[in-house]
Amino acid sequence: MKLFLIFISAAIVNNFVLSYFLGICPFVGVSKKVSSAVSMGMAVTFVMTITAAVTWLIYHLILVPFNVVILEYVSFILVIASLVQLVEMFIRKISKPLYDTLGIYLPLITTNCAILGLALFAVLREYGFIESIVYGIGAGVGFTLALVIMAGIREELELANVPKHFQGAGITMIVAGSLALAFMGFAGLISI
Amino acid sequence: MAKKATLMREYAKGLWDENPVLISLLGLCPTLAVTNSAINGIAMGLATTFVVVSSSVIISSIRKVIPHQVRIASYIVVIATFVTVADRFLAAFTPEISKALGPYVPLIVVNCLILGRQEAFSSKNSPGRSFLDALGMGTGFLLVLFVLGAIRELLGSGSILNFTILGDWFMPWMVMILPPGAFLTLGLLIGLSNWINERRAEA
Repeated sequence: MKLFLIFISAAIVNNFVLSYFLGICPFVGVSKKVSSAVSMGMAVTFVMTITAAVTWLIYHLILVPFNVVILEYVSFILVIASLVQLVEMFIRKISKPLYDTLGIYLPLITTNCAILGLALFAVLREYGFIESIVYGIGAGVGFTLALVIMAGIREELELANVPKHFQGAGITMIVAGSLALAFMGFAGLISI
Repeated sequence: MAKKATLMREYAKGLWDENPVLISLLGLCPTLAVTNSAINGIAMGLATTFVVVSSSVIISSIRKVIPHQVRIASYIVVIATFVTVADRFLAAFTPEISKALGPYVPLIVVNCLILGRQEAFSSKNSPGRSFLDALGMGTGFLLVLFVLGAIRELLGSGSILNFTILGDWFMPWMVMILPPGAFLTLGLLIGLSNWINERRAEA
């Protein structure tokens, strides 16, 4: 039951994009079309799940026993960067179609703050191994959800008459504000 | 004289013409996340300025010995080191602010503004110029964070930097200090800056 709550909390109530402001760059950059939003979301969910597992192992099996927690940021970011490279090579080897869908988005993920944020939050909340993984999946699903909703709205916006100075980034931010307002309705739904 | 003017320009371009947040849309995550009060905006702006200036100077000093293939990884290690320094510093001297900013201080590591400056500027220019460039970008970032934080704090709690500005008659707009307020305010600021730029271009 606790795992389910962690999942719902990460995916909806404390949505990474709309309430923690993590991963805003891809949120603004890759939300022009629903299809690319879905691919980006899948790539992020995939990397987040693996990152959550690997950073948990590193933190609890290396950093804490050797008393070098101060290296947390340096080691996490290096692990994430190399992990993304590995995942990219791995996907290219096993599945060409999957690589063609996710390929161009994978390198971008390294600088997606949602990934590092996930690793840091999981440590901060003292999650266990399985909990961290569920947290990673939930955060990825929440990211995908926000991205796809946003892309759907932006496809419609193409047809709308937006004031000249707000075209592009301006209107995207204001739409995101309305979305965040809607997601605030979930606040207090569950608390863990 | 001409050279001096270009050095000045190196600094000034980050303030408005190439402002990292309003024009290049870099570093949006911390911009939105920590600006629920003006003081948090200033603290985050100063921490980011410190990191971008120190890493720019270091990276442009060693730019000739970094192999091209591993440059991004090298930049990130340098940046992460300075972020650790900034994080420990804030935790030691201003524990309250450090607590308010929470994990957004370590997240400076992945602030695309910083990596962007290394890739676009420090890897090609001398330490002196990189210093000015980074300082300009940092100041521009700090200014936007302060303005955003001040607007949200004024409308959300009726004060700026904890000084009450609006009296008891004012009903605080709670939404401004919550996440939606961040998106709305930044959207309006971006629109405003586009409008000003167009007016300037016409004039």
